[in-house]
Amino acid sequence: MSAAELTQDDFPREAAVPVRRLTQRRLPRWAPWLFLVVAAAVGSGIGAAAGLKSHLQWGLIAAAVFVVGQWAVSASVEGRRRATDRLALSLVGASFLLALVPLVAVLAYTISKGAGKLNGYFLTHSMNGVSALDNTGGVYHALIGTLEQVGIATLISVPVALLTAVYLVEYGRGKLAKAITFFVDVMTGIPSIVAGLFILSFWLLTLGFNYSGFAGALALAILMMPVVVRSTEDMLRLVPDELREASLALGVPRWRTILKVVLPTALSGITTGVMLAIARVAGETAPVLLLVFGNDRINNDPFSGPQSSLPLFVFEEYGKGNTFSTERAWAGALLLIIIVMLMNVAARVLARLKAPKNSR
Amino acid sequence: MTPPPPTRRPATTPGGQASPGSVPGPPSGGPEAPDHPSLRGRGGGRAGDRVFLGLSRGAGILLLIVIAAIAGFLLYRGINAIKVDQGNFLTTAGWDPNGLKPVFGVAALVVGTVLSSIVAMVIAVPVGVGVALFISHYAPRRLAQLLGWVVDLLAAVPSVVYGLWGTLFLVPKMMGIHTWLGSYLGWVPVFNQSQPGAYPRTLFTAGVVLAIMVLPIITAMSREVFLQTPRAHEEAALALGATRWEMIRTAVLPFGRPGVISGSMLALGRALGETMAVAMVISQGFNVTLHLLDPGTSTTIAANIANGFGEASRPVGVDALIASGLVLFVITLIVNGIARWIVARRKEFAGSAA
Repeated sequence: MSAAELTQDDFPREAAVPVRRLTQRRLPRWAPWLFLVVAAAVGSGIGAAAGLKSHLQWGLIAAAVFVVGQWAVSASVEGRRRATDRLALSLVGASFLLALVPLVAVLAYTISKGAGKLNGYFLTHSMNGVSALDNTGGVYHALIGTLEQVGIATLISVPVALLTAVYLVEYGRGKLAKAITFFVDVMTGIPSIVAGLFILSFWLLTLGFNYSGFAGALALAILMMPVVVRSTEDMLRLVPDELREASLALGVPRWRTILKVVLPTALSGITTGVMLAIARVAGETAPVLLLVFGNDRINNDPFSGPQSSLPLFVFEEYGKGNTFSTERAWAGALLLIIIVMLMNVAARVLARLKAPKNSR
Repeated sequence: MTPPPPTRRPATTPGGQASPGSVPGPPSGGPEAPDHPSLRGRGGGRAGDRVFLGLSRGAGILLLIVIAAIAGFLLYRGINAIKVDQGNFLTTAGWDPNGLKPVFGVAALVVGTVLSSIVAMVIAVPVGVGVALFISHYAPRRLAQLLGWVVDLLAAVPSVVYGLWGTLFLVPKMMGIHTWLGSYLGWVPVFNQSQPGAYPRTLFTAGVVLAIMVLPIITAMSREVFLQTPRAHEEAALALGATRWEMIRTAVLPFGRPGVISGSMLALGRALGETMAVAMVISQGFNVTLHLLDPGTSTTIAANIANGFGEASRPVGVDALIASGLVLFVITLIVNGIARWIVARRKEFAGSAA
């Protein structure tokens, strides 16, 4: 780094003492920490003096003092460019802390509110006959619903999405492939509630079926398809052409090459993509609200009658608005986070363990 | 050290093409499948091949049919509702489709949707880019990897959880900032408070929740492109005496701009269509207003669908909600189209400059 400082233009001043001051004046390494301590002191001083109750305000004042103070001192000692550099560092750091606070708060608050209620009883009982005054009831019916709906959605969407990705990578040329690529992009951007409205107008209102877990699964499948197509496409493109060529050169037909060589090579990556897509739709509430309707009882049959699902359970229990139902909502939210996170972590661990050629 | 070719997404370039990466290849937008002209004639003749090709092409066509059906059915049901609408569907501000004389329009809903998303973007884009820079260029490598993981995981937290947290934890805490903005910045139209001290279930709070929700998306996509900045560009900037910030401004940000833009647009699409979090946080109303800090004056399209579905009459009430969903669909299509257009344009530019 020090070589860079030779280009600084303060040589004229140094001419009197040529040996000692070859480099520009710099603040010592511990300077930021000093500023931090001073800013914290000033911030809490002002906060206490002005009688501000919220400690958030103390922190904000301290942050402002830090940013401005450091910039001023640095600008006077080191020059404007260094000062801007420090300013950028503190702004980037501040934005990081600012982002971390709510994201950590969501997790921490959910855990603190939900952990007490999340136990064996909660997992194994439904909400059948639970009144507003009962501190009982659980999430079993919703878990069944989520499992069945997400399972059906996976069964519908994954084959279609896999075949589409195979078409795009292995066969696709020309207008049809271009159109499919474009509309997969379009589909990625469809809000979940719009997918729900589509199934509502098609399956329920036009074809006349009733609320059911299957209807919800159809909407979830629509949301899953583009995600799986995209990730599978990426994975298939990673498969080296040499493998295809070797297989074809041995006289293996193209479809067997795809089934026996290309897909198995990309399998772990495809699985990761599918798991991430499942984790995403497992938390979808809006389509389920429109299509599955919600049910306090256990309904094991996804093809007839309203069901519940985990995110819908959280929404409904919150909507009831009494103490016990709110507790149940938090416990349901915590369970939902745990399930989604576990699937995510598993998918990423799988991707890391079996990464093709470890290119990253 | 030779400069690595600035391929946008190395992960998607076909693995072992004849000229590995020395030429800035065609923009990887289309399906540039490896071509085997000599192998295709023979392969096409076998029965198994024909069946498999038919199946996979059929799956692709099915996807196109689904998209067409989405647009078609929303349009069909939506038009049914608009026909019986006593007001102008696009300019009416109220939402009363359940009575004998249904009067409803999306004007207020569209304004609310756009405003809350703008609030979310104004907060989330700078912070998200800052976090991405922190992870890609400031944090120590080990820590950065861990943080990247955490951000990816946070992107997966379901929206209903953000909604629950937003309404039970965040809304009471937003009281202070509402009062502060209202009393010091009240002369700006958007911060004008007509009912100071009202419980802050407002568009502004909804925007903040949306910002928190989309932050991981922006961060994840920006971080990806920032990490792909050619090392040679960064080292060249530093060798010319640039400070770290100057290096970032001259090398990293220009290179990463398309990624930041497309990530932001993706986030905007998510914010526009987000349902549960807004439905749980906001207190609904149907006025065309710019007042972010007034509760009970506006709502978003998606939140109105979730909140209104339970009491919606059949068939007009539900059809009216479907019609508003069609409007949301069109808005997200436009946003995504713009994003794709920007990225495609920038990509060509980047390709020719490299």
